Formats: sequence, structure tokens, C-alpha cells
Amino acid sequence: MKKIRIHEEYCIGCHLCEITCVVKHSPSGKIIKTFREEKENRPLPRVRVEEEGYVSFALQCRHCDDAPCVENCLTGAMYRDEKTGMVLCDEDRCMGCWMCVMSCPFGVAERSKDRTRVGSKCDGCVGKGEVPPCVENCPNEALTYE
Amino acid sequence: MAKSLLLPEFKIERDSARCIACQVCARQCANAVHTYDETDDSLWSEEAQCVGCQRCVTLCPTGALEVRRRERGFRENANWEESFLYRLYKQAETGGIVLTGMGCDRPYPIYWDHLLLNASQVTNPSIDPLREPIEIRTFLGRKEAWLDVDWEHRSLKTVLAPQLELSLPVLFSAMSYGSISYNAFRSLAEAAREVGTLCNSGEGGLHPDFYALGGNIIVQVASGRFGVTPEYLQVARAIEIKIGQGAKPGIGGHLPGEKVTPEISRTRRIPVGSDAISPAPHHDIYSIEDLERLIFAIKETTNYQKPVSVKIAAVHNVAAIASGAVRAGADIIAIDGIRGGTGAAPQVIRDNVGIPAEIALAQVDERLRQEGIRHRASIVIAGGIRSSSDVIKAVALGADAVYIGTAALLALGCHLCQKCYTGRCNWGIATQDPILTKRLNPQIGKRRLVNLMRAWALEMKEILGGMGINAIESLRGNREQLRAVGLRREEAQLLGVKLAGEGW
Amino acid sequence: MRERERIPSGCAVAGILSQSGQPVGGETIIQAMRVMHERSNGLGGGFAGYGIYPDFAALYAFHVLCDCKGSIDEVEAMLRKNFVVEHQETVPIWEHSPLRDHPEFMRYFLRPRESENEEELVVQTVMEINARIEGAYVISSGKNLGVFKGVGYPEDIGEFFRLDEYQGYCWIAHGRFPTNSVGWWGGAHPFNLLHFSVVHNGELSSYGINRRYLENFGYFCTLQTDTEVIAYLLDLLLRRHRVPPEALGTIFASPFWSQIETMSEPERSLYRAIRVTYGGALLNGPFSIIVGFEGGMLGLVDRIKLRPMVAAWNGDMFYLASEESAIREIAPELDRVCALRAGEVVMGRLKEGVLHGQEFAASRV
Repeated sequence: MKKIRIHEEYCIGCHLCEITCVVKHSPSGKIIKTFREEKENRPLPRVRVEEEGYVSFALQCRHCDDAPCVENCLTGAMYRDEKTGMVLCDEDRCMGCWMCVMSCPFGVAERSKDRTRVGSKCDGCVGKGEVPPCVENCPNEALTYE
Repeated sequence: MAKSLLLPEFKIERDSARCIACQVCARQCANAVHTYDETDDSLWSEEAQCVGCQRCVTLCPTGALEVRRRERGFRENANWEESFLYRLYKQAETGGIVLTGMGCDRPYPIYWDHLLLNASQVTNPSIDPLREPIEIRTFLGRKEAWLDVDWEHRSLKTVLAPQLELSLPVLFSAMSYGSISYNAFRSLAEAAREVGTLCNSGEGGLHPDFYALGGNIIVQVASGRFGVTPEYLQVARAIEIKIGQGAKPGIGGHLPGEKVTPEISRTRRIPVGSDAISPAPHHDIYSIEDLERLIFAIKETTNYQKPVSVKIAAVHNVAAIASGAVRAGADIIAIDGIRGGTGAAPQVIRDNVGIPAEIALAQVDERLRQEGIRHRASIVIAGGIRSSSDVIKAVALGADAVYIGTAALLALGCHLCQKCYTGRCNWGIATQDPILTKRLNPQIGKRRLVNLMRAWALEMKEILGGMGINAIESLRGNREQLRAVGLRREEAQLLGVKLAGEGW
Repeated sequence: MRERERIPSGCAVAGILSQSGQPVGGETIIQAMRVMHERSNGLGGGFAGYGIYPDFAALYAFHVLCDCKGSIDEVEAMLRKNFVVEHQETVPIWEHSPLRDHPEFMRYFLRPRESENEEELVVQTVMEINARIEGAYVISSGKNLGVFKGVGYPEDIGEFFRLDEYQGYCWIAHGRFPTNSVGWWGGAHPFNLLHFSVVHNGELSSYGINRRYLENFGYFCTLQTDTEVIAYLLDLLLRRHRVPPEALGTIFASPFWSQIETMSEPERSLYRAIRVTYGGALLNGPFSIIVGFEGGMLGLVDRIKLRPMVAAWNGDMFYLASEESAIREIAPELDRVCALRAGEVVMGRLKEGVLHGQEFAASRV
């Protein structure tokens, strides 16, 4: 399985990965419309740039082999996709207990804006092109897909 | 504090219909031009600090930004051009020498643009590089006038002087680690290895990380002698004595202490935070015979296994100086013209001292031929080479190869804002700030340089094939392949070329 | 001139060598050239004969072309400075030739005043006359040989110079279709220096650097045509640098780097050194050349064979020509015929013991 790899030494902290991620998961899929017209139902970025001083890197779900979020999910909303091996979230089954948020060792599961369910969970952009858009749009190849 | 009279050089236009307040611009500007206002989710740009590097424009995901040269609205005056006013106000405010970066930008004649190339028609078939080999392999170093050969056994008796073998007649110019970032230097060195050419350490020593790439590095010995050790000389492919630089002939160098990080301190062998000052002259070279002593000291140290280059700036008497350097034992003469780049130089020097590389090259090549010593040294020309056609024209004028500095930096992302000396290069090239240096991913930098060299090599082969020439040595010094347009007869004569319209 | 339906391109070259030193009459080479009439355009033709002056075999034979009367005195003064003129005469021509406006041709048989380094003396004298004296050119300067050339079809030039009255062991000839330079008498082929003569079909793209490379060694080009550099390169390489003629191809039409890399040592180092050292002597652009030298003749075509050349043997006779038809015209039966490959030297030499033309029937001189 190909994974998004992080190259902290070349992350320039521009946050373009976050912007691309939001656009890709937005209702319109158009950047200006997403940010100017879809404020209410604009999704949260599923990748987050962590920064301190000159250290920065873009972090998203690592799709752990023994994923605590899957193990701890009460409703089975968090599950491993058999075909891709990725950890995904079935939002219809999520009841917003935040077990995943608490147990994720990387802190990459986030609550949705209305705090009713998981709102930020990298889905690997399966079926959205060969390379995930966050990787494709990283200006410095600080994210690679290998 | 009195109000500054310096008006902003650039105008920033933000298309509010497009701006999504994502703050990429604010995060990327090292000059703090753009600031985000949380209260109304908007961005404000302070134009006075803008250097026109186009970093924000390039990264803006919606194309909302435009940075343009500002029309400053001074009354038109042919004598008092805007740049003079700007510089004068600056000096009146600071009382200092105005610094700048990169090469001279004054509109002196660019002779490359007045030289046209030949092509074959009918009487001489042009050669298709897709079907026939066209060779641009180049050797730098002292050549013999003739060879002693045992023809019966097909074996060579002459021992050739050490040669630098290049896959194309282009090398990366001297740019020190210090003036450029670690990642920029790594990009150059790795690209040189992949392409089969050489880069140049500049006068800042060689970081031990790059010793493994020494086979593709020319190291410099300059007036400051930074980082010069026996090991430094031995790991390199060749050694260059830097006498002068086209951007600042007769002027030394100064790397401010802020840039002397622990790694640079280790490389240059000077204390962290101390200014690295290269004196204007070498204080052990006050005459040509002193140069000879240094050349041979280096040759002795390296057991005569490495060519020694002498780099000089193109000044009025360049032909005689080059001839002297060749007679003093230089295997390569590097000549840097007035448009040669720099990380920092006084603007008054950069823009007024020296002569164009093209004229210097033509004169040096002719002089060495007249003296019958052209074979004793290769000529490498530097200073404003912009394209493969410039390379071809340089070779036809008589150069063995060219150095590219600015062109290589452009490939790495440089946008020629001329602010290298500030240490705030937004493209991560001319800076040591760790936030900025990580902006240049050496894998990308190397790839772009390799691409550039590949593209130039392909173009050079097309041009050569069109001329009906299948080996670059048949173009070297072949001024019959050049014709001058828009030049006075005297200028054409100095270049040793005929005017367009004149046949063979 | 006949009316033409098309413009033929290229020149004609031909050469004959009797490897046993048997005399060959000038009419033979004319006959071969006549077949290739269409390869010339009437703007140049010429011949070099070896072994044609047996009576003066030990003397340097200078053929001088002179297009204005005044300069001949200067030429003679310069010759007398360095040489004793043993014999001099006007080169005989056919009075009724249709060729008009021809310059004067003189020949001098010279003995150097100093015996040390006399070939260098000859070269310097030729360079000096050609560069300094207006309208006068030394067109050949070797022992026991002469160049006859001018503006016209080669067969007309041959008749003009009455070549049927000469006998030589080797002849090379050229019919010209000039492209590079005006058709003038001095610009016709062959070009000669000392005993090296060359005829050339082609155009040298490398001329500009070949000329400047030669200046480095004291040769100055004055004849406004690219072939001149080949003659001087021959003198530089074969005489001064002692390159054997059969190795000429390694310099004039060097192998490609890709070929050199497949060689084994010590050859690979040798070829590499040759290319590194003699880049200025590489001939680039299309060419096929025939080189005549004392005791032999060779043919060579360029690196990618852009011009034709055929070699043939019959008994002791060795032939080279642009077209096989020219050889068949004078030697219908041949032992072997082959087309030259790119960069390949095909050479014939006088057999050992053959004195160069000494035992030939006397020519006119």
C-alpha cells in the first residue's frame, strides 16, 4: 500500500496542503467558491501543518497497522478498508463519542465543526486521482506518495 | 525619525474577488510584506518592504496577487534616471555604500544579442542530431602542441596534462556555501555529478558532507583562504585561484557574521558569528611571479594531478593579464565579464567596473593564439550566459567552456530580485536562515539543474547539426560561424567576426 | 557552356598511382576527369603530377601564379634571398586554348642556400610570398612535382597546360564546382605545400578554426578557399609532427567518442589524446580528399561519409575517384573496387626500391 510520506526538512509551512484538502472535500470542489461561498458547510482540512520555529511538517492520518482508533471505536464507524488497507470513517455510524480523538497517538482525528461527529479524518483521497491532492500540490515535495 | 523619501519599488495588487485569506503570502514573505488581520479575516500588504521576488505570487493558490514595478511618477528626466534618484536618496538617508546582488543590470551592449549563427544550405548538408552523433564532450586543461606516438604499436608516449572531462561545455560558477545555502550547494554539486560537469566551491571552503562529491567540484583558493587545507585541495577535481570577480573587480568580499553559522564556521574554519572578510588582493600575490609561485605551490601539493585555474575579472588589459597567467602556469583561465553575478557588491562597482565578457573572450583567445600559447590553457568564460545559444556563441568566439552562475540559480528558483546581500532570500538560495533554507529541496533543485543542462545540450546539438558540425572542437574559435548585426565595424573587429551579409 | 537542365552539385576528384613507379602520361588523368564533366561547372580544374621533373629531381620546383606583371620581380628577389635559382622558365601553355584571361605561370627550380632545415625555409618563403606580394602565389613547392590549375573544366585546364607532354608516377586531379569562394585561378585545386598536395570535394564547416589553429603554428591562409587549410595541415602533421599518412584519418576524421570507448588500451588512450590535442585539426563537414605525397597517395572521406570516393586496384596501379566510371574509363579491368568508409584512409605507396620517377622518360624540362 502506498502511503503519504512526510519530509519535515523540506516543509515550508505554507499550508497549501490544508487548503487543497479542504477544496478537494468541499461540495463544489472549486477553491474560491469553497472559501468564499461555502463557509457554513466547508469541511475541515484532514491534514494539519504542525509548526514551531523553523520546524514544520504536514501531518495526516498514518493509517496505523494496529490503529487504536479502530480498536476503540464504540460503533464500528472507524474501520479498515479491506481493499486499500486504509483506516476510514463511516460518518453515518459515528455518534461523536471522541474515543478516536482521545486514542490517536498523532492527534490527527478531529471533531467536526458542529461537534457532533468526526470531522477530520484523512481518507487517502481514494479514487480522486493517482496521487492525493495534498501531495500533488506541495510546492516543495515535502509530502510524497510512495 | 525623519520621513524616508524612498518610495516603494513595487506595487502589490490583491484581487479581493479571488483572495481567500489563506495566508500563504503572509507565511512565505521573509520581508513581512503581507500581514493577516484576524478581526476581519483580511490581508494587508506593506509595499515598502517588497523586493519583487514573486514568491507570494507564485504560491498564491488563487492567482489573487500581482506584484508589479511601481510607476513612481518622477518627472521624466533623461539625465536623472529613476535609479539614480533612488540610490541618491538612500545614501542621503544612510551615509553608506549602496549594496546590491546579482550581475550588472545597466543597459550596456549585450554582444551575444548582436551575433548571429550560421547554418548549412545545399553545399554542405546539415546533420540531424536524432540520426547522427553530435559531440559536445569537452576537455579543460593544458594541451600539448603535438603528440609523441609510437605509431607502430599505436601507443602514446606523451604524458598528457590532467584534463577535466565534461559532458557539455558548461560548468556551474563559483558560489560559496555561505553566500548560498547548503541546499543550494548540494543541488549544484549533485547536479554536476549527474550531468557530468563540475561545480565550484567558491571561496568558502568545502563542507565535509561534499567531500564525496569532490570529483565534480572545483575548489577555490581566494584571498581570504577560507577553508583551504591540504585535504580540501586533494578531494577536489581541480583548483581555482580566484583573483577577481566580474561583478566587483578589484574588490574583496565580506560575509557578515550573522551568516557564519556553526556549519559555515566549520567549513570556513573561522569562529561562529565572525565576519568573513576576503581582502581585495591576495596579500601573497603582488605580481605575476607571485601568482606563478602560488600556482606551483598548489601543483606541488596536489602532485601535479589537478589542473589549476586562474579566475580573473574582465578588465581593460585582460588579454595581457591572461597571457601572463598562462605563462605563469595556469591550465585554465576563467574570465568573468562585467555582467557576472555576486551575492553582494557595491552597486557603484558592479555597474561601472570591467568590460563585457564577449569582448574580453575574443581578445584573450586572439592574444593567446598570436602568442602561440592558446593550447597551453583552456578558456572558461563567465558573466551573463543566459541560454544555449550564448554558450554556442561563446564557444565559437573561442571559449572552451562557460561558467553559469545566475542561470543555475534561476533554475533553482531565483527571480533576480538582487537582494542576495540581505540574507532574506525567499527562495531559500542566498540565505542561511533555517526557515528559508528548507524552501529549497535539493532533490528538486538537482532535478531542475539536470533538466536545464539536458535541454541546453539538446539545443546545442541542434545548432551544431544545423551548421554541419558534429564535434564541438570544430566550433571552438570558429568565428566564421558568427556574423555581427547592429555593431560598428570596429566592434566587430574586436570580436573578430565579419558583419552579417559578408560571405566566407 | 552547354545548357543545363539541372544544377549538379559537388566536385570531381581522381588520382592515379603506379606503385611500381611506371610513368603515366598526363592524358590518362585528363581522360578520367572528362567522364566526370558534370561534377564541375567550369569554374575550376587542376592537376598535380609527381615525378614529372626527373632532370631536376633534387631541386624544389616552385610553380608561381602571377596576375600582374609588376610583382614577378618581387617574387624573384624573395626567392633569390634564400635560394639559388638553378633554372627558371614560363610554364608552357597551349596558345590556342579557349581559356581567356589567364594569369602568367612561372616555374623555378631552386637550391636552398642553407641546407639546414631547408623544408622550413621553403614553407616560410611560400607563406611570405603568398601573404605579402600582391597578385603572386606559389601554387606548388615540392621536389619533382608540379601543380597545374585554373578556371575552366578540368579537361580544358589539362589541355591548356599541355599535360599530355608530362609523365609522372602519380597524378591527382580536381574538377571544381565552387561554392565557398569565387572562381579564380589561385583558388582552384590541388593545393600544395612542399610535397603534399590535396584535392577536395566538400566544404569545411570547421574552416574558421582550422585556419586559426594553423596560425598558431605559423601558417597563414591567403587563397580564400577552405581546401588551403588541408594542405597546410598535411605539412604540419605529416612533416612537422611526423604522423604517418595512414594515421591521418585519426586526426582529420577522428572516430566518435562512442567508438573510442569501445577500444582497448593502448589504443583508447591514444585516440583520446589525439582528440584532446588535435581538435583544431579535425575537419568537419562533408569531404572526400585525395592526398598526394612523395611516394604515395591516399584517399579519405569525412566522419559520416557525406561525399563519395571509390578506390580500385589493378596490378600495380592504384586508383581513387569520386565515381567508379572515371576509373573504368582508363582501366576497364580491375582486380578490386571498393567504396571508402567514413573516416577510413585508403593508401597506396611506391614499392620499396622504386626511385621516385628518376628512371622515367624525360619530360619537357
